[in-house]
Amino acid sequence: MSDAPRTLLDRLWADHEIHLRDDGVSLLWVDRHLVHEGSHHAFRKIAERGLSVAEPSLTTAIVDHYAPTRARDGDGITDDIRRMIATLEENAARHGIRCFGLRDARQGIVHVTGPEQGLTLPGLLLVCGDSHTSTHGALGALAFGIGATEVAHVLATQTIWQTKPKAMRLNFEGRLGPGVGAKDMALGWIAKLGADGARGHAVEYTGEAVRGLSLEGRMTLCNLSIEGGARFGMVAPDTKTVDWIAGRAFAPQDALIDRAREIWADLRSDADAVFDRDETIDATDIAPIVTWGTSPEDALPITATIPDPARLSGSRARKVGEALDYMGLSPGHPLEGTPVDQVFIGSCTNARLDDLRAAAAVLAGRRAQVPGLVSPGSALVKRAAEQEGLDRIFREAGLEWVDAGCSMCVGMNGDLVQPGKRCASTTNRNFRGRQGPGARTHLMSPAMAAAAAITGTLTDVRPMLEGRL
Amino acid sequence: MSGWTRHEGLAVGLPREGVDTDQLIPARFMSTPRAQGYGQFLLHDLRRDADGALDPSFPLNGADGSSILIAARNFGGGSSREAAVYALVDAGFRVVAAPSFGDIFAGNAVNNGLLPARISEQAALSLLAVLATPQHGHVDLAAGTLTIDTTETAFDLDDVSRQKLMNGWDDIDLTCAHAAKVADYRRRRIAIAPWVFPDERA
Ligand code: SF4
Repeated sequence: MSDAPRTLLDRLWADHEIHLRDDGVSLLWVDRHLVHEGSHHAFRKIAERGLSVAEPSLTTAIVDHYAPTRARDGDGITDDIRRMIATLEENAARHGIRCFGLRDARQGIVHVTGPEQGLTLPGLLLVCGDSHTSTHGALGALAFGIGATEVAHVLATQTIWQTKPKAMRLNFEGRLGPGVGAKDMALGWIAKLGADGARGHAVEYTGEAVRGLSLEGRMTLCNLSIEGGARFGMVAPDTKTVDWIAGRAFAPQDALIDRAREIWADLRSDADAVFDRDETIDATDIAPIVTWGTSPEDALPITATIPDPARLSGSRARKVGEALDYMGLSPGHPLEGTPVDQVFIGSCTNARLDDLRAAAAVLAGRRAQVPGLVSPGSALVKRAAEQEGLDRIFREAGLEWVDAGCSMCVGMNGDLVQPGKRCASTTNRNFRGRQGPGARTHLMSPAMAAAAAITGTLTDVRPMLEGRL
Repeated sequence: MSGWTRHEGLAVGLPREGVDTDQLIPARFMSTPRAQGYGQFLLHDLRRDADGALDPSFPLNGADGSSILIAARNFGGGSSREAAVYALVDAGFRVVAAPSFGDIFAGNAVNNGLLPARISEQAALSLLAVLATPQHGHVDLAAGTLTIDTTETAFDLDDVSRQKLMNGWDDIDLTCAHAAKVADYRRRRIAIAPWVFPDERA
């Protein structure tokens, strides 16, 4: 092994490389493969070729995208939804794959459940047919989203061909202010660098503000990497990471965790490692951020005003104009005070216990002006939140507390925002029609969504947190 | 999948930045079996007005039979849904040219024989201007050129994707040739990190 300084990406890549082809493409070993209902194309592909699953025990099937969030056996569930869930459960059973099905106590969104169960660990290579697989990098794993052809390949071989991305460091210096969190850091850098700003790169997040985040916060940050164009996001594991993992169902235990700890201690970039790109952001400057348009890059501090296409030129002016038109917003008006019709607190970005606590801290003892849905990221998050009484706070505020799944993030289970309605949402995509045809989405943190619920408008949460932090 | 080197067809322009995977195929169509064909879902909501009627001013409407799409920055960003590529392929597209693509989209495209050709921002602008009405186009994978009407534009594509498209390679077959190395790696992996192979306690 050479002594040249290495990045975390270099280490993780080298640890999984089985073969390096002359053209520079690596054959990588896959330690963990997560599949969900959308994997039906991939299962069909391997069935057509008469192939079996190479490593069923390294594969986990989880029902999330189509999971009903209310009355799971009720009449409101369409045949289509039933069929999608049944197909996954049947494929899992046929191939001997562990399955967290609709009625399993461990059911939840893949990117919440994987880490929660200890399936995601530092140093592992994890893939899933879902772009937000970057989430798992928060534990120091090499994790990335893949397409259906690749899912079929992983099922059949437990390996994947990949070209190594370039390494990028995003260094957040200084500390975040009160009421500001990982979601604001993420939307902030994406607004600065663009929705394709980190294309072709694996992002390693470093710096005091990143170290200061909880593991949940780091997952939010890594989750949104893909919205800035990066397939990979990662944070080097530290003692917080190891403490968070200890005792989880699939985590190593006893003597093994000590051995694992030694190996994990090396999972970091050398101090003199050179990154292909290096960006530094002052964390002390970050304010709560909301999106105003139809791309995650269309994000501004809540204290800003809605951009004016008349002050822009060329394709930028056209893009902003089209976005405002879709969103039903007027240029030049303050973002704060924009009325919303509803809120959604959920998704693989912001539905972990920490996120629910942040929203509850704002909502406690207050009433929402608009309806809202709170869907915890997993059945276990739901139970833990109920043990803390968070469900009561949500209900007393007038919000609906439902079961775990992707829910209104993508609307596949029927939880939709109606055409023309404006939703303050803790999700990750404000694309046109993402939450339903014609739906208008504003992305923000759980605390900001809670504030929007209470005032019925886009609101700076910071004054509402006084005396509560 | 069969490979290809040259393609000729009708080219159409889509002058809109950030056409994401949710636009390429809205989520509600994703439970459809592929056998039913995904072409009907391509850009479903963008092509239609609020009442669900095809909007005649949308560039793809009225460009039936086109197989080359010239688009703007950040095409196919967002989700890993390969269905976005199926929709393009099933609608007859063989080539999409844009200044930038979502990384996962570009990989999925190549895996389905669809060329994601990277062209400069400037080239995209001038081609989109030429394509106010659809024009005949010609693509040469080996030469890395895209010719619309009489304008020839060079495009970027990594060599690996180029080879895959030209040869129609199937990765599973390629991998099987490395079975011994994979088995060897697996043995080493168990020795170094036994916790990778879970023993369930839940
Ligand atoms: S919560 Fe939303 S972004 Fe996350 S996996 Fe589900 S659909 Fe995708």
